This record gives sequence, C-alpha cells and structure tokens, in this order.
Amino acid sequence: MSEKSTIEAIARLVPEGARVLDLGCGDGALLSYLQQERGCSGYGVELDDANVLACVRRGVDVLQLNLEDGLAMFGDNSFDVVLQIDTLQHLRNAEVMLRETARIGRLGIVAFPNFAHWPNRLSVLRGRMPVTRRLPYQWYDTPNIRVGTFKDFEVLAHKNRLSVRDAFGLQGGQEVRLLPNLRAGTAVFCLEHV
Amino acid sequence: MSFIATPLSMHFEEPLPLQGGASIHHYDLAYETYGELNAERSNAVLVCHALNASHHVAGVYADQPRSEGWWDNMIGPGKPVDTNRFFVIGVNNLGSCFGSTGPMHTNPDTGRVYGADFPVVTVEDWVDAQARLLDRLGISKLAAVLGGSLGGMQALCWSLRHPERLAHAVVVASAPNLNAENIAFNEVARRAIVTDPDFHGGNFYDHGVVPRRGLRIARMVGHITYLSDDVMNQKFGRQLRDGLDLKYSTQDIEFEIESYLRYQGDKFSDYFDANTYLLITRALDYFDPARAHAGNLTRALAASRAKYLLVSFTTDWRFAPSRSREIVKSLLENQRRVSYAEIDAPHGHDAFLLEDPRYLGVMRSYFESIAKEFA
Repeated sequence: MSEKSTIEAIARLVPEGARVLDLGCGDGALLSYLQQERGCSGYGVELDDANVLACVRRGVDVLQLNLEDGLAMFGDNSFDVVLQIDTLQHLRNAEVMLRETARIGRLGIVAFPNFAHWPNRLSVLRGRMPVTRRLPYQWYDTPNIRVGTFKDFEVLAHKNRLSVRDAFGLQGGQEVRLLPNLRAGTAVFCLEHV
Repeated sequence: MSFIATPLSMHFEEPLPLQGGASIHHYDLAYETYGELNAERSNAVLVCHALNASHHVAGVYADQPRSEGWWDNMIGPGKPVDTNRFFVIGVNNLGSCFGSTGPMHTNPDTGRVYGADFPVVTVEDWVDAQARLLDRLGISKLAAVLGGSLGGMQALCWSLRHPERLAHAVVVASAPNLNAENIAFNEVARRAIVTDPDFHGGNFYDHGVVPRRGLRIARMVGHITYLSDDVMNQKFGRQLRDGLDLKYSTQDIEFEIESYLRYQGDKFSDYFDANTYLLITRALDYFDPARAHAGNLTRALAASRAKYLLVSFTTDWRFAPSRSREIVKSLLENQRRVSYAEIDAPHGHDAFLLEDPRYLGVMRSYFESIAKEFA
C-alpha cells in the first residue's frame, strides 16, 4: 500500500516533527515521505530482506526484527507515533501488537484491508473468497492470516481500552467517512490511551 | 582481478599512554590505503581488523597473486565499500605480529625483545593509536569506521572515544562485551598456549622455539566457535578420512573434521605469534564500554554522535544477534540514528567475511548513502 495518495492520507494523521516508529515499514516509502514532507524522524521495523535493503537505499533507518518476537526493545511512550500500516493482518499476535503499539507510542495509527468492503461481501455472498486489488491473494496462499472489518477493529480497540481519536476508510486514496465499513477497502484508525 | 596493495608503516615517537597504566613509545603502525583522499578530506573510511587479521584489507601484493586482503570481497573498486569513492585505510593494531610493533620486536628501553613484557593493550588503546595515525594523515573526520567482530568493537569504541571524528560507525557481527562463555573460550586458548613447554613464560624467542602445540589447540577451539553446527555438519558431517572403516584408534585422525581442525591449527601456528594471541584475546575480554557506567550500556552510548549500521548473522552463536540488539536498544534509548540488519545466513560468526548477497547488498547500500553525504 504505497500509492502516493494513500501515503498522503496516512501522513496527514502524523503531527509535524513527530518521532515515528513504523512497524512493518515495507520499503520505507511512508517514513521517507514523513521525513521529507513533515520533518519527522524515526525508524522502520521490517523483517523482509529486500525491504530492509530498500529502506537503507532510501536513507530510512530500519531495524530488521521479527514483530512476532515482541517489541521489548522499545520503551514505554518512547515515540510520538507508532504506525502499523498493513501489518496487523500478517501477525499471529495481532492483539498483543495492538497493545504494544499503544504502549510505545503516544499515538497509534493502524491501517488494514477492510474485509467488509462491499465487493468482498458480494464475493462471499457468491460463495467465493474475494480476490481484489486490495486482497490480491487466493485463500490458500494469502500472507494475510487475519481478516477483519472496520467494525471488528472498533470492538477490538475498545476491548483493549484504547480510545479512537479518529477513524475512517480509504478508497482509491480518498477518505471515506460515510459508511466506511461498507464503502472502503482500507480501514484507518488513530488511537490513544484512554 | 584485484588491485595491487602496498604495505606502509608510520613511526611514532611520542609516548602513547595505555589503559593499563603503562605507556609505549618508539612504535610503528603498519597500514595500507586504497583509493584517493578527496580535496575536502571527507571520504576516509577506517577499517579495524578482527582477531587474526591485519592492515592488509584488500587487494593483492605485487607478485603474490593469492595474497588477497582479508576483506577483499567488501572493499575495492566497485565493491560495497567502493574505493573509487572512498579513501580506505587498513591499520594493524599494536601488539600484532603483522607489522605494527608487537611482542617480537625489541623494547627500546631494554634492548631486548618484548616477549611477555609487551604491555597489555586494550581496544581503547588501539583506537587512540589509530587516531594518531589519522592525525598524521591529515584526516580530522572519518566518513566511517568499519569493523567486524573485534573490529566492530573498535568501531563502537571509536564512536564513543572520538565521537566528533566519525560520521558513521559500521559494526558487524560484534557485541558490546564478551559474555562468560566467550571469555571461557579465550581462557582455554590462553591456557593451551601458556602451558606449552615451548612457551617459556612468553620469552620463547630467546630459545629459538615456538609454542606450536598451544597455538594449534587455541586455533582449533577458536575455529569451532566461528562456524555453525549446520555448516560443520554440511562440510564434514561424520565422514571418515580413510573411507568407511573405523580404525579403533584414539590418537589418529579418523574423522574429516579432525583432519580439518588439525590443518587449520598447523597453518595458524606457522604464522601467528603466541604472545599476540594472548594480548588480543585479553583485549576482547576487557572491552566493555558500559563498565565505566555501572554496566549501563545506554549511559555509555550517550557519548555517541555517529549514525550507526549494525549487522548480525542469525547463526552466529559467538556474537549472537541478541548482542547486537543490545547495542541497537541502547542507541534507540539515546535517540541515535541506527539501522540494523539481521542476516539469515548459515555460516555462523565467519559469515561476516563471506559472500552473502543480502549482507553485501546492505553494506553496499549503506555506503552508497554515506557517499551521497559528501558527494
């Protein structure tokens, strides 16, 4: 999810000059944008070799760590913002990681594919798992081990005593604030401690 | 084809105070340089060597086609540390047996060979000596200090001892200090050497002998720890040297791994100095920047100003990734700029000297980003 409009939509949630930790930072495009356009500093965390290389090449500080091993390396409230963009769906310990995001950052921003987006619903109604641009994998070879919906995440956030500062959908890089659970391929949540 | 390297030497008269309280004067440092220092003198990279290496980092000596430097795959024209862009300096540490003043040289104060009297030197002492070499070369600030293993400790030490003199510290397969197991291995190596009847309390030069047995065993122990179990099994497994039959001997070489270790031990005892081995393993034991801060590495690293790249290898059990992560964590707590690559390589500690496209790719990319800073 590194289209420019999507990056811009996420970046708008990050305060100017913030110290940022990007969990599952991919090729570092978002962090690079935040550094250049919003004066942010920080680190990406990434497991994949090719992505780590891409980050180093861009001059983005990257730490090659497995998120499943936990985030003990990072202190409480040691970052202004912790990003989890398209990461949650790959994690076995998604709930722990959500709590860790809230522990490490004063602000947590989480984005993931919204399984309740209407084309997905239609596909399931027709009896097939969706294969879309946003969820491009067949059910048997998808790296996404969690599929959740905009509404599901709201419930999970409340269960973990996180307050939702802002939440919206993203579709084609545009914010969707009316019926996001139905109308957006991506769910975006901005969270704070209660 | 590698380029031709030329060994150089610099003589120093002014006494160098050592951590142990002694000082050393009238010493030489052997070094080599590759590439050109730019007009701004901003593109110098210092390469610190590991246990049994030297200033001969890259290239070959004239008329010795097989004399590649120990990091020739990393350093040279077009290589990850590109000598078309960087002015690379390899320097041999004090106490070594490869050209810098060491135990087999004459102590100018006594007119006798140092032998066991060569003072115990530390990583800090080496760094201070290297800093003087840079002063002489007219380099006030390095683009980077780069080292693997013990060399990585020197790079880390550089960033704390002379924080204003380097922009980047590249610390590969290293640790903030040795754990007890590591010190134990060093102690086995040292005991093997000092209990060799040919050691003569370190003054074996006078007797015209070399404590070869001790050196062999020291190297065998060391060598085992540099490889991973998987690689050793893959290379040697349980293969018998002479076919399929057991000989029911206890002292003959039967397994291939025995043959290999003895070969490595023999080779090492031909060229390495026993006193140097004692000194270097002690320097390894002693290195611990957190010691002056009641064991708090974060406080120790508060002195740092450089940007860091740390690299570790998943199968390295002598300098495990967790040890590199300790450094990363402390740098994060100091809000320093740091990148960390944990390379999933099978080779164990030795991986830092070997070909691995992911490893060399990260190094290349990082040095490209350094080059952009002064371009």
